[in-house]
Amino acid sequence: MKRDLICVACPRGCMITVEYEGTEVYSVTGNTCKRGEEYARTEIVNPTRNIASTVKVNGGVHPVVPVKTSAPIPKTMIFDCMREINAVTVDAPVKLGQVIIPDVLGTGVNIVATNND
Amino acid sequence: MLNYDLVVVGGGPAGMAAALKAKECGVKDIVILERAETLGGILEQCIHSGFGLTYFKEELSGPEYAARFIDLVEKTDIAVKCDTMVLDIDENNLVTAVNKKDGLLKIQAKAIVLAMGCRERPRGALEISGTRASGIMTAGTAQKYVNLDGYMPGKKVVILGSGDIGLIMARRMTLEGAEVKVVCELMPFSGGLTRNIVQCLNDYNIPLRLSTTVVETHGKDRLEGVTIAQVDEHLQPIESTKEYIECDTLMLSVGLIPENELTKNVGIAIDRVTNGASVDEMRQTDHPGVFACGNVLHVHDLVDFVTMEAQLAGEGAADYILNGAKETVYVPTTTGNGVRYIVPQRVNIKNPNDVKLYFRVGRIFKNAKVVLEIDGNVISSKKKIKLAPGEMEDVVIPASVLAGMTENSTITVRVEE
Ligand SMILES: Cc1cc2nc3c(=O)[nH]c(=O)nc-3n(C[C@H](O)[C@H](O)[C@H](O)COP(=O)(O)OP(=O)(O)OC[C@H]3O[C@@H](n4cnc5c(N)ncnc54)[C@H](O)[C@@H]3O)c2cc1C
Ligand code: SF4
Repeated sequence: MKRDLICVACPRGCMITVEYEGTEVYSVTGNTCKRGEEYARTEIVNPTRNIASTVKVNGGVHPVVPVKTSAPIPKTMIFDCMREINAVTVDAPVKLGQVIIPDVLGTGVNIVATNND
Repeated sequence: MLNYDLVVVGGGPAGMAAALKAKECGVKDIVILERAETLGGILEQCIHSGFGLTYFKEELSGPEYAARFIDLVEKTDIAVKCDTMVLDIDENNLVTAVNKKDGLLKIQAKAIVLAMGCRERPRGALEISGTRASGIMTAGTAQKYVNLDGYMPGKKVVILGSGDIGLIMARRMTLEGAEVKVVCELMPFSGGLTRNIVQCLNDYNIPLRLSTTVVETHGKDRLEGVTIAQVDEHLQPIESTKEYIECDTLMLSVGLIPENELTKNVGIAIDRVTNGASVDEMRQTDHPGVFACGNVLHVHDLVDFVTMEAQLAGEGAADYILNGAKETVYVPTTTGNGVRYIVPQRVNIKNPNDVKLYFRVGRIFKNAKVVLEIDGNVISSKKKIKLAPGEMEDVVIPASVLAGMTENSTITVRVEE
């Protein structure tokens, strides 16, 4: 099978063509760099995404602090992950880089703060 | 009255990078004046990742990108006054600002960097009929509500305009449980980055309707729905395509306007296409010692380019402060076929370095060439698979070519199909 993808690994947005059968990738063309090839392979085998959201803070400057996944998580787990994020509240002070939820949903990925509050 | 070598107006990524560069070049007394409570500018509310890939070679969120520069500023003796609004600059580089602590401030500067950023076009700029129900806001305002105030502005959303902020907000609202019904774009192409269409709309099955606009809003106190319609080639709504969509929120993402009241008041020449000051390759305006960079100069899609441009302005300002005005022979940059604008608008041919020209095209081109022509000679011709108005492009004038130019030379950038 052949599939055209737009690489989202960087803002350049290259058009990539992947030839594959099931989860076996035969060829990747159209990418400008190696990250594009990696992106195309995972997109066929197990698409993943980073997500960013906010978590409630008690006693901070702002009522919420921004957070993100420390590494991409499987696309199918995005909404489950959002439920976990929305269920927690942290106490100020929060430091940029602080782990808010370790090993979210057993993925090995942490939810970390992306600002101070 | 206070005296500073350099006054930077605005403490977003542009202002911070300009101040840091000027410091690095040896300027002593620098102050950044910022209207908000903290440095960082609009990045504080842009919590998604996608910043810094070009500049830091890693993918950061907006606040993380800003924090790197805030840390650097804090490590220097650059003065920072937050909660401080600049009201006026005059032709002698006297800056008037106000804050609660000092009251009215008069600051005499040797040079000024304008880095006020941009704001979103409000509803008034659009022709939509209907009541003034609540639930209609710019995508940037919605972004502030959700990401800084932790408040969800609605449950069923229609977005008008496919600029990046609109696309990013389509995903953000979906993640928080809202239903984004459709993103309508008046033009036959999106104004946003392709990657944002893929990862913000396609990932969540949010439809993007091109050549479509909102013609009417419904609802008395709260928005209840909108009527959308396709438009013809003259961008006029086609009556027979009208369709009602139920929603409680309409977000507008219909373009950004550089915030240039200060610039205009002092009489600095403005480029009619960019709505920003007209500048030379060091980002100096037609007022000696006044520089501009970042979104106040032209709207950037990537903050990385804002940082790089601001460094040029900081370097230019430092040179002006430390060495005085330069000998200049200016040649204007001219837009050829397909090119909507070029920044800088003029180049000093006495500049000993390579000069990069940034430009945007007016429509989508496929398999085209970007041609740089000087005095009628093709200097470079680069193949491009795709050129889109939403993505800024650049070409370089090599220093060696610049050295051979005269005051009567011409510089043209055009697209060849
Ligand atoms: C609402 C909005 C959302 C955006 N979202 C995204 C996004 O999701 N992704 C992306 O890549 N890009 C986004 N951008 C583009 C982003 O703004 C730029 O990449 C970058 O932040 C521009 O940097 P800047 O320093 O030029 O402007 P800004 O970050 O806007 O900073 C300008 C600063 O100047 C201050 N200022 C203005 N006038 C005065 C005055 N008179 N006195 C004192 N201070 C003043 C402002 O308070 C502000 O802090 C967005 C822009 C807007 C307007
Ligand atoms: S292939 Fe490489 S250059 Fe192209 S979009 Fe992907 S990461 Fe960017």
